[in-house]
Amino acid sequence: MSEGLLGSEWFRLILGLLIVLAFSQLNALFLVWLERKVAGHLQLRPGPMEVGPHGLLQTIADGVKLVGKELILPFKADRKLFFLAPVMVFMPVLVGFLVLPFSRGLIIRDMNVGVLLVFAFSTITVLAILTGGWASNNKYALLGAVRSVAQNVAYEIPLLLAVLSVVLVVHSLSFAKIVEYQKTVWFIFLQPLAGLIYLIAATAETNRAPFDIPEAESELVAGFHTEYSGMGFGLFFLAEYTNMFIVCAVATSLFFGGWNGLFGISLGIPGVFWFLLKTYFLIFVIMWVRWTFPRVRFDQLMNFSWKVMIPLSLANIVITAIVVKII
Amino acid sequence: MAELEKIEASDRVYSLNLGPQHPSTHGVLRIVLDLDGEYIIKADPVIGYGHRGHEKMGENRPYKQFLPNTSRMDYLSGMLFNHGFVLAVEKLVGIKVPERAKYIRVIASELNRISSHLLWFGTYLMDLGGFTPFLYAFDDREQILDILDSITGSRLTYSYCRFGGVSRDVDLKFIEMTRAFLKRMEKRWADYDSLVTKNVIFIHRTRDVGVIDRELARQYGVTGPNLRACGVAFDVRRSEPYEVYDRLDFEIPTGTKGDALDRYDVRFKEMQQSCRIIDQALDQLPEGEFLTPKVPQKLGPPKGEVYTAFESARGLTAYYMVSDGSPGPYRCHIRVPSFGNLNALNDVLPGTLVADAISILGSIDVVIPEIDR
Repeated sequence: MSEGLLGSEWFRLILGLLIVLAFSQLNALFLVWLERKVAGHLQLRPGPMEVGPHGLLQTIADGVKLVGKELILPFKADRKLFFLAPVMVFMPVLVGFLVLPFSRGLIIRDMNVGVLLVFAFSTITVLAILTGGWASNNKYALLGAVRSVAQNVAYEIPLLLAVLSVVLVVHSLSFAKIVEYQKTVWFIFLQPLAGLIYLIAATAETNRAPFDIPEAESELVAGFHTEYSGMGFGLFFLAEYTNMFIVCAVATSLFFGGWNGLFGISLGIPGVFWFLLKTYFLIFVIMWVRWTFPRVRFDQLMNFSWKVMIPLSLANIVITAIVVKII
Repeated sequence: MAELEKIEASDRVYSLNLGPQHPSTHGVLRIVLDLDGEYIIKADPVIGYGHRGHEKMGENRPYKQFLPNTSRMDYLSGMLFNHGFVLAVEKLVGIKVPERAKYIRVIASELNRISSHLLWFGTYLMDLGGFTPFLYAFDDREQILDILDSITGSRLTYSYCRFGGVSRDVDLKFIEMTRAFLKRMEKRWADYDSLVTKNVIFIHRTRDVGVIDRELARQYGVTGPNLRACGVAFDVRRSEPYEVYDRLDFEIPTGTKGDALDRYDVRFKEMQQSCRIIDQALDQLPEGEFLTPKVPQKLGPPKGEVYTAFESARGLTAYYMVSDGSPGPYRCHIRVPSFGNLNALNDVLPGTLVADAISILGSIDVVIPEIDR
């Protein structure tokens, strides 16, 4: 009986969901702290130091503050959509965790369409941002939302094309199979162009600088979440950091060998550590980029995607297809 | 037909209130933008939110009591405004200034100019979305504030210049600190150059953006680095040298096109030239008095008027004062550069994107309280 319960699909899903919820919250708290620390040290200052050792508890204090704040509904805003948007932005992010291959056997559900699922759900985030920006009844929020949609449409294409060139080689959409394939050589060495395009597009996809156009602070105040206060803003914020983790985790599984060590050398370290090490390193790189570069302009961003990234990724896919066919 | 087009156009046009509470309007400026999508059709800067009536204040108090007001107009280059004011009053009353005081004033003014430009450098990059240069620039600026703090006792609004000299003499410690700062900056210029000036994104964001050509500059009375960026080498320090500027060797950097990149380059080189000026002034600094002892507490200038122009961090600034023989001016007018510089936006902004509007506003370096006074 108990064996049946433990092995049952429902038990697995509920347990997985609980772990995912706990992990994503902790991860977001940690990442916010990390971001502030990285920013601080890059900017010749220590970052948060007051709450906890080296400010480790700072984000918890901030979270408590956010929970305690009043949710302000702007004048003439669309009440239902306004409160729906933060929920909508956070939910699809959680789904992505279901198929992330943390280690061999440490996947909540290894689906044969895993890669597709992650990207399909991450697209919903755009809808949520548009909803939030539209419902706020604020021109800055609307401008941010419109920018976000245009940007995401432009960057989803090279992102998926880059992923597709990996899928063409492996003949599978399952994360476990893709990672298994990279046992000796990572895809970043086989498909360097696709890897680079993925990383750039993913940065744009998560609205991170230098592509943080939808929330460009100096131009649009705060973009689509200008009018959100308290936990409404908090959920957008959590989603941004969780999204960053997912994007980097997917990059790790697709291009950096997932739970495998470099060139098959794992040094006896469990796969999950390799996975997290690589994921957090990529996150660190994204943060590093954010605090180094100024922001690109909206039209330049679109031009870069449509005129450079998409032709390049299309060419990459054609070459990959030919090479795969020959071999 | 024309009317029909007009109606269709106005359907698409909406207005956006940029400011007065906006992260990058540098003070309390409001710009009413008419937008079509993200393209600006019309831009109308609205000023006056920070009006305090400094000119009127100047007219109902003695000259000496107006001195602290001067550094509160352009709070980023307070020393320069102090300096200009005492120059004007000295010219009006006819006070001789000792050589040493002249040199000290020039050194302090140029330090202040660098600190003002450094703040502009940081905030401009922040307008473009790069946060880190801001804190680097502030770290450097902090050194200047410490140096000025050691001789003036304050960090922003100095009131250091006096009629006939300066309030306190400089000591060896000041000279040492300034020399150390100059040495430190040599390395920093190279850092900024490789971090910002050569950055591809930065160049693409600034090249051919917000072009103010010579004709437009002339029409609006644009001065300072913004004018020099379009190729006119006009600098009051060179054209009507005051204090000891004619004895110092420095270049006047100019641009060619008058776009945001040129304005950036001009300011960037100006900071280096200011360093050169300070270096020479420190070498030439003579011994002697720092303040003429014979200046009376209550000034009684003869009837007449005075106009003194000087180069503040933002361009040609001038005091015009009319004296009726009483201890205070009958009329006190201040010509500020930011007013002309800002109003050029009326012609520059239409046709650009909202993102560029922020970039252009940042690149012309306005200080709104100076306009509002």
